[in-house]
Amino acid sequence: MLKDLFGGKSKYVTVERKRRSEEKEKEADDKKEMPDDLWTKCKSCKQIIFNKKLAESLKVCPECGTYFRLTATERLSLLVDDDKFEEYDADLQAKNPLDFPDYEQKIDKYQDKTGLREAVITGIGEINGWQVSLAVIDSRFLMGSMNSVVGEKITRAIERALKRDLPLVIVSGGGGGARMYEGMLSLMQMAKTSAALKRLDQVGGLFISVLTDPTYGGISASFASLGDINLAEPQAKIGFAGPRVIKQTINRDLPDGFQTSEFLLEHGMIDKVVERADLKNLITRIIDIHNLRGEKKNGTE
Amino acid sequence: MVQNNLDFEQPLIELEEKITELTKFMEERDINLTDEIKRLETRADKLREEIYSQLEPWQILKIARHVERPTTMDYINLICDDFIELHGDRNFGDDQALIGGIGKINNLPVTIVGHQKGKETKDNIKRNFGMAHPEGYRKALRLMKQAEKFKRPIIALVNTPGAYPGISAEERGQAEAIAKNMMEMTGIEVPIIVVVTGEGGSGGALGIGVGDRVFMLEYTYYSVCSPEACAAILWKDSDKAKTAAKALRLTAKDLLELGVIDDIIAEPPGGAHKDYKRSADLLKERLTQEINQLQDLETAELIENRYNKFRTMGYIKREVEEKMDESIESCG
Ligand SMILES: [Zn+2]
Repeated sequence: MLKDLFGGKSKYVTVERKRRSEEKEKEADDKKEMPDDLWTKCKSCKQIIFNKKLAESLKVCPECGTYFRLTATERLSLLVDDDKFEEYDADLQAKNPLDFPDYEQKIDKYQDKTGLREAVITGIGEINGWQVSLAVIDSRFLMGSMNSVVGEKITRAIERALKRDLPLVIVSGGGGGARMYEGMLSLMQMAKTSAALKRLDQVGGLFISVLTDPTYGGISASFASLGDINLAEPQAKIGFAGPRVIKQTINRDLPDGFQTSEFLLEHGMIDKVVERADLKNLITRIIDIHNLRGEKKNGTE
Repeated sequence: MVQNNLDFEQPLIELEEKITELTKFMEERDINLTDEIKRLETRADKLREEIYSQLEPWQILKIARHVERPTTMDYINLICDDFIELHGDRNFGDDQALIGGIGKINNLPVTIVGHQKGKETKDNIKRNFGMAHPEGYRKALRLMKQAEKFKRPIIALVNTPGAYPGISAEERGQAEAIAKNMMEMTGIEVPIIVVVTGEGGSGGALGIGVGDRVFMLEYTYYSVCSPEACAAILWKDSDKAKTAAKALRLTAKDLLELGVIDDIIAEPPGGAHKDYKRSADLLKERLTQEINQLQDLETAELIENRYNKFRTMGYIKREVEEKMDESIESCG
């Protein structure tokens, strides 16, 4: 699995990996005595874990079982068969339609930091041989928030599933919800993606929504909640309003485990909580059950 | 009622007070001050026009939030010949912050849903300040589906600071309720007209905000988040809410320019709260006009147009590979 996560076999992973290693070198120069690309301290149990070991455990703390967030690339490596991912719409970038102060600089900064152009990667990949239209949100990019580009790319991923008769899998992890910097244009992406999902729904398309840490606001209140099957990773924080806002509004402490995957499962909002190591297999089984023709579909075109 | 005054109206209020005083004085002393009063009234009209023609976004926001602003029920009472409120989502309860029902406008059957605010504290608590729970959104969807069955056009009146951020709302799936409404509203086979009549607070507004026409009254706002929250998050300073109100482009004029809404419905001078009847008349006139137009469309065309309206929202830039030749594309 180490190889799967960081082996960088697919072209796309390699590109990002190169950028990342350059970045790491720069960081290492900054603090020479601490080669922290070798280890990570678990936020939960405070144990020092070697990154090699952490990668082997798919970024789940081997000591205490705490889930670390995955980047979109890592998630794709986890889900997609080797080399079997073709990215689409990678050239779409944000404009600054409101002339919002500092927005361009913010975009530049996160592009440099993450090696991504926007907060979502979309394309067609193969999951255990099944062709799937995929969208994976990267929570590092402006908190994985949805702007015009993210909304457009996700809508196109939905339309791709519809046109080619493919299952749709969207992995959400956007704590930022609808992105403030594009104002109402961001909010309208909620309606846009939901409208596209209605069309997929009407033709009997399968949509598996995978909710990961953190999924909030305009993302949870649109496509992420609309799966035929909603899955969530353990311990993920998922909700509509952020915990701080709720606490301020009701003026009391929030119960333990509030807005976690387990909380959502208990309240009937998701179908299943699934361990990271089992996710690919579970998605495969769901797709398999939905394939009434009993054979693996090949995307046309 | 001093606390309800808008600070930027202060000069106007002083002038109006002076007119009242003079009128009283004239009656008491039996002196003819008609000319003087007329002169002041003309000045007041001019001043009102002046103030209202150059309102800052922050000031518009204050008018939109004004406690005396007509509520959804006020508009319903003034617009409908008959109206029956219908209650409950058939699952959990009846949300008092999002109401709905059936009625007639000029003899045309309609379904109306809308956020309901209160006017004084007690009423506002009952209405939860217009902040709906999931059962409110689910009730609205139930009534809209019912409208579809009986082929009644739907009117959605938006006036909420946002969907309620609370424990019970999260437990009952606030996010799913809003998402489901948007998804279903795109497919409902009768005309839907959305009008923001006060506050258009984010997802809470959009939860009943998908339609064939989306209008805003003149002094309302519609925003991805409240300017206060925006300022607190971006600049760690809620005092910068005025700056945020400007940056977010949340006024009716801004959103018409950005292509988010279809048109602006005028309000009487000084805002809807100054003249309920006139405000309702203006709204009614536009609603009947639009419903008539939309009812001429074939269902398939209606749904296709509605889909395209939202499908084309947003602005993106396409960069061809790593080259610098950028072609700007607005997706729509
Ligand atoms: Zn740990």
